[in-house]
Amino acid sequence: MMLPRFWRKIKYRYDIVGTVCETCGSKYYPPRNFCPICRRKSKMKEVNFGDKGEVVSYTVVHDTPEEYRMMKPYIVALIKLDGGPTITSQVVCDESEIHIGMRVKKAFRKYFEDGEDGIIYYGTKFVPES
Amino acid sequence: MIAVEKVAIIGVGQSEFGELWDKGFREIVLKAGIEAIEDAGLEGKEIEAMYIGNMSGGRYLAQEHISALIADYSGLAELGTPSTRIEGADASGGLALRQAYLAVASGIHDIVIAAGAEKVTDVASEMTTDIMASSADREWEGFVGATIPALFALMAKLHFERYGTTSEDLAMVSVKNHKNGVLNPKAQFRREIRVEDVLNSPLVAEPLHLLDCAPLSDGASAVILANEKIAREYTDNPVFIRACTQASDYLAVQNRRDITTMESVRKASSLAYRMAKISPEDVDVVEIHDSFTIAEIMAYEDLGFVEKGKGAELIREGITELTGPLPVNPSGGLKACGHAIGATGIRQAVEITLQLRGMAGKRQVDCETGLSLNIGGTGATAVVTVYGVR
Amino acid sequence: MSSVGIVSYGTYIPKFRIKAEEIAKVWGEDADSIKSGLGVLQKSVPDLDEDTATISVEASREAIKRAKIDPKKIGAIFVGSESHPYAVKPTATIVGDAIGCGNFFHAADYEFACKAGTAGIQTCIAMVKSGMIEYGLAIGADTSQSAPGDPLEYSASAGGTAFIIGKSPIAEVEATLSFTSDTPDFWRREGQPYPSHGGRFTGTPAYFRHVYTAGEKIMRENGYKPEDFDYAVFHQPNGKFPVRVARMLGFRSEQIEQGLVVRKVGNTYSGSSVLGFSAILDVAKPGDKILLVSFGSGAGSDAFIFDITDRIEEFEREPKVWDKINRGVEVDYSVYLKLRRKIKMK
Repeated sequence: MMLPRFWRKIKYRYDIVGTVCETCGSKYYPPRNFCPICRRKSKMKEVNFGDKGEVVSYTVVHDTPEEYRMMKPYIVALIKLDGGPTITSQVVCDESEIHIGMRVKKAFRKYFEDGEDGIIYYGTKFVPES
Repeated sequence: MIAVEKVAIIGVGQSEFGELWDKGFREIVLKAGIEAIEDAGLEGKEIEAMYIGNMSGGRYLAQEHISALIADYSGLAELGTPSTRIEGADASGGLALRQAYLAVASGIHDIVIAAGAEKVTDVASEMTTDIMASSADREWEGFVGATIPALFALMAKLHFERYGTTSEDLAMVSVKNHKNGVLNPKAQFRREIRVEDVLNSPLVAEPLHLLDCAPLSDGASAVILANEKIAREYTDNPVFIRACTQASDYLAVQNRRDITTMESVRKASSLAYRMAKISPEDVDVVEIHDSFTIAEIMAYEDLGFVEKGKGAELIREGITELTGPLPVNPSGGLKACGHAIGATGIRQAVEITLQLRGMAGKRQVDCETGLSLNIGGTGATAVVTVYGVR
Repeated sequence: MSSVGIVSYGTYIPKFRIKAEEIAKVWGEDADSIKSGLGVLQKSVPDLDEDTATISVEASREAIKRAKIDPKKIGAIFVGSESHPYAVKPTATIVGDAIGCGNFFHAADYEFACKAGTAGIQTCIAMVKSGMIEYGLAIGADTSQSAPGDPLEYSASAGGTAFIIGKSPIAEVEATLSFTSDTPDFWRREGQPYPSHGGRFTGTPAYFRHVYTAGEKIMRENGYKPEDFDYAVFHQPNGKFPVRVARMLGFRSEQIEQGLVVRKVGNTYSGSSVLGFSAILDVAKPGDKILLVSFGSGAGSDAFIFDITDRIEEFEREPKVWDKINRGVEVDYSVYLKLRRKIKMK
C-alpha cells in the first residue's frame, strides 16, 4: 500500500507535468523541487511537457514483476519528449512496431492495482503517434 | 586528497555463495569473518572498527541494525567495538571497503574489518527480485514496470544500435566468466556454458537473456585492513590499496547524460588512476561488476581500457580471457560466483588480494596491479579500488 | 440570448475487435444466424490496461482539445457508466485530476444502465442554463461485461464519449425530456460480476416502450414530425432494436444509418447512443435537426432535439468516429477471455 506516495504525485503522473528551472532553463520530468545544476539558486516552475515524443531506447520485458504478470510481455522505453526531458514509460504497441526513433503520443492508462480490493494506479503510457 | 597512512589488506575470508538453505545470515557472516581473522593471524580483539556492506537486511530478514547484529554475533560487541552498516544497493560492499579504507588512511584506526553479507533466499524469489529492484528509482522507474534487467536492457539496446555490439558479444562475456568459475572452488556455478546456451536461454528483457544476468545469491566476504606498519607485523605479502574512490550519478537511467556510459565509473576510475599514479595500461587484473553482461562491456570502456563503443572488441579478441593480456573476472565474476549483493564488493577485493599474493590457485594470473569495480544498481554509485604489491 | 448545447465532443474506442464468428465458433452457435438475428458483426474489446476511467479521460481530452477552452473553466464533471472502476470512489474525480481542471468543480458519477451518459448531459444543460457553471463535462463510457456463452457476449463492448456543454454551442439543445419507470428488464445485483436480464422481456415492455414514448412525446410537444429531422439516433443494444423503433416512430433508414454504430463496434452501453450521435456530429451541417433518444435498463429514456449551428463549420472533427471504428485489430476468443479477465486467476 503506497497511498500517500502515489496520491502526492497524481497530478504529475496523470499528465506529463514536470518542472523547469527558471534560473538556468533546465527541464525536469519527473518534477524536482531543486535544480541539481543551480541548487540553491534554483527557481522551479511547473510546466506541462506536451503529448508527443520519440523513442530513444526500448526493451520488451518478459520477466515481469508480480503486479504486471497479466501484461507480459510489455514494452518499456525511454522517450525523449518534444517538450525536452526524457521519460521512462511503457509503450503500448505490437512488438513488431516498436523501434528506436518511433514517434509516440501519450495515453492515459492503468498501470497496476493493489489486488482486487486495493486502489488502482493510473498514469501516462505512450502509443504510436499515427 | 592525501592519505596520511598507506593501507594494506592483511586477511581475507569468504563463505560459499549460492542458495544456502541450511545456513542463516549470522552463520555466513561469521564464517567469512573468522576466515579473514585467521588468514591475517589476528586474535580478533585487535579490530578497532567494523564496516558492513548489506543492502537490505530489513526486507530480506525483517532485521535492521545489521551493524549491531554482526558486532554481537562476532563477539566484538562484548568489547564495544564500533560497527557501521553501509548501504549503496549492490555497491554496499565497495562502500564498506572505502569507509574502512578511509578509517585507516586517516590514521584514526590501525586495524579494521570490512565485510559484506546478504541472505536473499529467506524470502520468496519474487520478493528477492523486488527488493533488488529498489536499487533503481522506485517511483518513476519501478512504478512503470522498468525492472533492473529492463534498465540494463535499455542501455544494451542503444549500445547495439550505436556501436554495433551484438548479443553474441554479450554471450561471450558470460561464457568467459563461467569458464573462470570452474577454477574457483567458492563459485556458485562451476560449469562451462557455450554462446548458444546463452542465446537460447529465456529472454528476461530484450536483448538480455537469462544467462546474461548474474543470479542473486546468499554469501558473505570479509577483508582486514591495516596501516603499513601494522601490516608488516602480520604478513610478508601485504596487498596495498593504492586508491579507493567513489562517485555518484543520477539515480534514474533516463537522467544520465548518455545511457551507454556510466559517468560514476568514469569519474571514480579517473580519480583512482590519478591517486594511484597509474594509467589503465598499468592494470594487470580486474574484477568488474558483471551484474549483467552489458555492464562488463560498458565497464571496459568507462574504466578506460578501450574507447567508448569499442568494448565488444576486447571480448571478441580474447583480451579479457584468463590467459589474455588483461584478465577480467578471473574469479568468475558475479555471473559464476553468484551476486550476494552487499557481499560482492568485498568478494572482489578478496579475489584481487589472492591474485596479487599469488594464492589464486588454478586461476592465478601474472599481476602486480589490480583493480575492482563495484556498481550500485544501474550505475548511480560506483566504487573503484586500485591494489598493488607495493 | 446565447443558446446552450454541445460546445465540443470527443470519443475513444479501444483498438481490439472480436468478430461474431469467433465467439460463435467457441459456443457452437451458427454465426450467420447470430449476425442476422442480432445485427452485430463485431465489437470492440478493451486492453488490459484500459477501463472506464482511462476511456473517459481519453474522450475528455479530445473534447477539450477540440473545444480550445481552458480546462479550468469546466465547472462540473459527470461520468455515467455501469462499469465504473470503483463501486465507491467516483470516476469523475480521476477524470478531473487527469484533465487539469483544478479542484473547484461539481462532480458525481451516474448509474442508469446505458443512459447514464445522457443523464449527465441533462444535468450539465441545467447547470449552464442556470448560470451555475460556464462549462460542464458529461461523459458516457463503459467496458461492459457479459457472461461467457450468453448472447450478450456478442454485443457488450467498450467505448466512451465526452461532451462539453456550454453557451455558443455547435449543437443547440432545443428540447429535452425523460421517461422513467421501475421496469426490471436488465439488472446486476451488488457484488455480482455479470448482469442478468429478462430475455424477451427486454424488448416491448422495456426498450420499445421507453424509447417510443419519449421520442413520440418530444416530437409532438415541440410540433415536429419525423420528416423534420435530418438524423435520428437511438440506444443500440443490437442492430435490430434501433432499426425497429425508428420505423415505429416513422423514420426512414437513411435518417438512422450514419448513427448506427452498433453493427461494427457493439453496444458500448453508456457510450452507445452518444457514440452514434457523435458519428452524426462528424458529418452534420448547420441547420440540421437531430433526434437523440437513449435508453437505460431499469428503465428510462432521455430524449433530445438538437439543432446544428454555424459554429460547427470551424470545429475540428477529425479523426471521425467511423474511422476509429473501422481501424481495429482483431483478437481471437482466448485473447478476448484474457483481456476481459474472464479467466479465474489465483
